[in-house]
Amino acid sequence: MSIAMPVPDAQTLAKRDRIIAAMRDIVAGEGVIDDPDALRPWESDGLTAYRQPPMLVVLPETVDQVSAVLRWCHAEGVKVVPRGSGTSLSGGALPLADAVLLGMGKFKRILAVDYQDRVAVVQPGVTNLAITQAVEGRGFYYAPDPSSQIACSIGGNVAENSGGVHCLKYGLTTNNVLGVELVLMDGEVLRFGGPYLDPCGLDLLGVIVGSEGLLGVVTEVTVRILPKPEAARAVLVGFPDAQSAGACVAQVIAKGIIPAGMEMMDRPAIHAAEAFVKVGYPLDVGALLIVEVDGPAAECDHLTQEIALIATENGAVTARVSRDESERLAFWAGRKAAFPAVGRISPDYYCMDGTIPRRCLPEVLRRMDELSEKYRLGVANVFHAGDGNLHPLILYDANVPGELDRAEEFGNDILRLCVEVGGVLTGEHGVGIEKRDLMPEMFGEEDLKQQQRVKCAFDPQLLLNPGKVFPTLHRCAELGRMHVHHGALPFGELPRF
Amino acid sequence: MITPRDQQDLMEIIADGVARGSKLELRGGGTKDQFGAPRTGIAVSLRRLSGIVDYDPGELVLTVRPGTPLVAVEAMLAAEGQMLAFEPWGAEGATIGGTVAAGIAGSRRVTAGSARDHLLGFTAVSGRAQTFIAGAKVVKNVTGYDLPKLLTGSWGRLGAMTEMTLKVLPRPQQTITMVARGVSLRTAYAAMARALGSNIDVSAAAHLRTGEVLLRVAGFAVSVEARCAALADLLANHCELRPLPCNEAAPMWRRAMSGDDLLGETRWDVHLPPRHAADLIEALEPQQIDWAMDWGGGRVWIALDREQGRVRGEAARLGGEARLAQAPPELRLRMPAFHPRHAGVATLEQRVRQAFDPAGVFATGRFREDVHADQLFA
Repeated sequence: MSIAMPVPDAQTLAKRDRIIAAMRDIVAGEGVIDDPDALRPWESDGLTAYRQPPMLVVLPETVDQVSAVLRWCHAEGVKVVPRGSGTSLSGGALPLADAVLLGMGKFKRILAVDYQDRVAVVQPGVTNLAITQAVEGRGFYYAPDPSSQIACSIGGNVAENSGGVHCLKYGLTTNNVLGVELVLMDGEVLRFGGPYLDPCGLDLLGVIVGSEGLLGVVTEVTVRILPKPEAARAVLVGFPDAQSAGACVAQVIAKGIIPAGMEMMDRPAIHAAEAFVKVGYPLDVGALLIVEVDGPAAECDHLTQEIALIATENGAVTARVSRDESERLAFWAGRKAAFPAVGRISPDYYCMDGTIPRRCLPEVLRRMDELSEKYRLGVANVFHAGDGNLHPLILYDANVPGELDRAEEFGNDILRLCVEVGGVLTGEHGVGIEKRDLMPEMFGEEDLKQQQRVKCAFDPQLLLNPGKVFPTLHRCAELGRMHVHHGALPFGELPRF
Repeated sequence: MITPRDQQDLMEIIADGVARGSKLELRGGGTKDQFGAPRTGIAVSLRRLSGIVDYDPGELVLTVRPGTPLVAVEAMLAAEGQMLAFEPWGAEGATIGGTVAAGIAGSRRVTAGSARDHLLGFTAVSGRAQTFIAGAKVVKNVTGYDLPKLLTGSWGRLGAMTEMTLKVLPRPQQTITMVARGVSLRTAYAAMARALGSNIDVSAAAHLRTGEVLLRVAGFAVSVEARCAALADLLANHCELRPLPCNEAAPMWRRAMSGDDLLGETRWDVHLPPRHAADLIEALEPQQIDWAMDWGGGRVWIALDREQGRVRGEAARLGGEARLAQAPPELRLRMPAFHPRHAGVATLEQRVRQAFDPAGVFATGRFREDVHADQLFA
């Protein structure tokens, strides 16, 4: 628990009763929760090491209510933390003691689907999977598929720019969202984009997606839906070590193949998964690769053969092509169960999310082993190998004093390593509170200030989801100042204009 | 025109511009000078900030300086069997920086995304004369705000990019264009929607005024011909598809994606829900117009000689918007290039611009609404 949240504002806490009354005026009945016991279930998101009951929870049902809540809070200087389904792995929806937690779970309707133009308009509380379920009868689906897709909401996906195993071919949320309706902190309701491509003006939609709930509250999302591919096949390949698996991945891409998914697991992850789901993963290999291709059947058949050949050339000890849909799903079952499987071999685990240039994989794995020894904690690796997104799972026991802190330090070192080799702190989970204090590892002061100035353009009082993403909270007035020391620059006399 | 030698030089020029209250027009190859209102700012050409910084085909990323000619970037990628998937197009002399700053995308945009979907990271100098970075050099990243999206299509009003990292993808082994001729507007839309909504994996769909429907099928040779046959079967009730030789297909695609050989001195670029593309053309056709349709109907180029001020209104009525892509200077002076935005969005845009350029050193004269907003908030 090393990450500090902003000190609660005493004035806000002192007027809690008045805030509750005002919220009840806007959202009647059970839509306002203030009982301490009832607040308990809202105290954390998917980053469960951090817990903080909110001051109160408000569950609006209409856009007007969202707007009225934000407008009132804005006028009164009350902070607001937006929340979708609360599955964030980076603490993006962690409540604050002096903030309203604004739950969007009641926005559950699919508003319109246009199959000819291939777009769906949905409310933010609709789950990721529910979009696919709504359109699959007509042969369509929504492409981004974060592993929490049964539970996570599309509004949360927009906030986090969620990914999934199919990102390399189909993109992240940002590449699949065409428009949003957004309520600003002052209550203004605005629309960005819509059911057509590339609108005029600055691409504000582009910066709203992935802004982690700091710029506005999403009340409607327009997504593109895609025709479901004719076929999907997977190849399961075992390698003696991660190095040869990494070489195979590079070779697949060099041959011009963009797989729908390309997942790697290391030895500890393979063993944990096989012990849990028993799908027949080889246990005598150092790395396992699942390569999935989708598209026209003829193409899939051709590509799986190519991939099996490339694998053999790169020292694969086993290579199996799925013969039917059930075998393909069996290949995936172990990978999809990797997290709970690791949960069985360790009392607790901490999931990291860096991205690295793929060529650095062997070096990163080797140095991770050294860190594992240094911190005396085990680590299992699952890896979206196609796009370089690494998910080390650090094994620890929260009941052993000091282990959580050690796990966090180990995790921080892994992320520093990712940045050092040219990668990033987070590939798909978001910064939230988890990686907030590591941001200076990747960005300089001016880089972070420039991002915060964008925040100031949307929310100048910094009331929306404060304490997330940025390690230092600068006041907007301070960020707005401009320091150009003209006299000190060496070119003042140049006759340029 | 000022032509900075390097990033340091550029920083100094911008700082100097701030100190003197100048308006700097960032410029690549100057091929888009005719877009937007005629202007009077001091041109700063980024042409000398040129060359490849890093290209690792295996990582699918390319880092390049903005002044690099687009054709040079494409030739280098082609040599490695790769491409920019958003299919940028431009006149001779266009640079990669200008292409991204203008948010240009071609026919493949409908399935592969636009320039915005392929800019992964950048180094830029802001209107504060400060160098900053955003995004990264890997294909999957959500660390911090996605400022690369914001700079793409910003027309040099937020910062001068000095290095940009783009996602690149393998070039298809084989590409076949299937064509049907003599197809009516409504049937063409239905055929394109059916094709793009099928699992045959059609990568682009266009329709020309001369009646052609063009459908592009690309990928591994083993499947392309089979898919073309499947496509002909799928659309048998709509039209009769045949393969079109590449040399005939290329100029037709070029017309669909750029509209640049349409007849008429004024050219509009209308983006709208594809289902209304036919409505738009029918509404305008009493007037003498030329047109071409791309993105399955999601983009319609309208060219005409006598501007009667109806295109933008019709586009709005049908739920879309119209960009003034080309027009005589007199018209560009009084007609904003961009479709008007909701007042709240326009205010937010102005605040975001100010976040990057508080002194207004980057010229906004191309966009009359920006100039107006700046005066309002000054």
